[in-house]
Amino acid sequence: MSSVKVLGSGCANCRRLEKLTEEALADLGRTETVEHVTDYAEIAAHGVMTTPALVVDGEVVLAGRIPAPAALRRALAERLPAPA
Amino acid sequence: MSAVAAPPRVRTRVPLTAAAALAAAVGLYFALGPFWEWTLFRLAGLPRDARYADAIHFFCFDTTKILALLVGIVFIVRVLRSFLSVERTRALLGGRREGLGNVAAAGLGVATPFCSCSAVPAFIGFVAAGVPLGVTLSFLIASPMVNEVAVVLLYGLFGFEIAALYVASGLLIAIVAGAFLGRLRLERYIEPFVLEAAANAGAAGSVEARPSWSERFELGREEVRSILGRIWPYLLAGIALGAVIHGWVPSDFFARYAGRGNPLAVPFAVVLGVPLYSNAAGVLPLVEALHAKGLAMGTLLAFMMSVVALSLPEMILLRRVLRPQLLACFVAVVAGGIVATGFLFNAIL
Repeated sequence: MSSVKVLGSGCANCRRLEKLTEEALADLGRTETVEHVTDYAEIAAHGVMTTPALVVDGEVVLAGRIPAPAALRRALAERLPAPA
Repeated sequence: MSAVAAPPRVRTRVPLTAAAALAAAVGLYFALGPFWEWTLFRLAGLPRDARYADAIHFFCFDTTKILALLVGIVFIVRVLRSFLSVERTRALLGGRREGLGNVAAAGLGVATPFCSCSAVPAFIGFVAAGVPLGVTLSFLIASPMVNEVAVVLLYGLFGFEIAALYVASGLLIAIVAGAFLGRLRLERYIEPFVLEAAANAGAAGSVEARPSWSERFELGREEVRSILGRIWPYLLAGIALGAVIHGWVPSDFFARYAGRGNPLAVPFAVVLGVPLYSNAAGVLPLVEALHAKGLAMGTLLAFMMSVVALSLPEMILLRRVLRPQLLACFVAVVAGGIVATGFLFNAIL
């Protein structure tokens, strides 16, 4: 199973990205859960300077914006490996 | 990021759609005045001299005008800003010295796509790249103060001169306050965790590789959706309050109590602005209505700057990275700059 994280300060936008990511994962039939990272040291360790950011398996997929649901689904589908 | 090549058809269609939408928006914008005039006074038959009719007209006209301006300008500005990113700005500011660095930081604060909600991770990132404290602060002051929403609404409601003065003084405050705070050598009042996090910070990802044009337009659409979604309650509340003031407050009410002659008006306006959590879109309809009732422009601009640049939520965020002593200096210096600007405008306008 892949790791899916939303990095953010817990702000409204960050919670929205978290919700959209959960919905996108459900649409794709994935079982991954979304982890919400609010620890600034960990956010910085990812090299992220604008929140919210989406990190899949340690790779920053997007930062500082909330994508449209379709674009988010595409980005996730591209990065998540097919389930074993 | 491996961008999937867009089919060529889409590439030409996207700018065309955008251009058409833009033309339609401009047309609508100029049709709004006659439209509400006709709808409210002719069609609905509201009496022209009634206070409530005046208030309703103010509300309808301002809401639609401001919405049209916001959608158009937020979109255009976000597309233009897609040529910059916080990562690139950091690279441009890294290793800069103070002085010129403050000027560059204030300018980049305006041009970079940045939301104050990212103040903490951006601060850590700037420290990691060796951007001097004062230069970072110039960026963090300019970014919310000279934002596109504020500038466009000032232009739409008060004209070019006021908008230009606002931009110039906002930049000047950001440059001078940042340079001054940098001179105070307050680095020891940065929260220790910031330095630790900065030492372990990862390199900026390649997320913001060159976006294609259709990606830039997509960013613009996202930004419109996100900004409007965030500010509409403030906008409606501000316009409703403005409409009430417009209809019912006697026209010389504020001139009598808070006109140019009252030296306490500006500092009072600045203090009042800090706990008010709103944004330019919520404050400007209010500013417009208060101005019509005789409140001095310098006092109003100071109030607005204080609301957008010294908001309590942002102070709470900055408190995460700045120790209380440094945060207090920051607030005092920025507030001082805003008060000075208010006095200056009251004297020259």
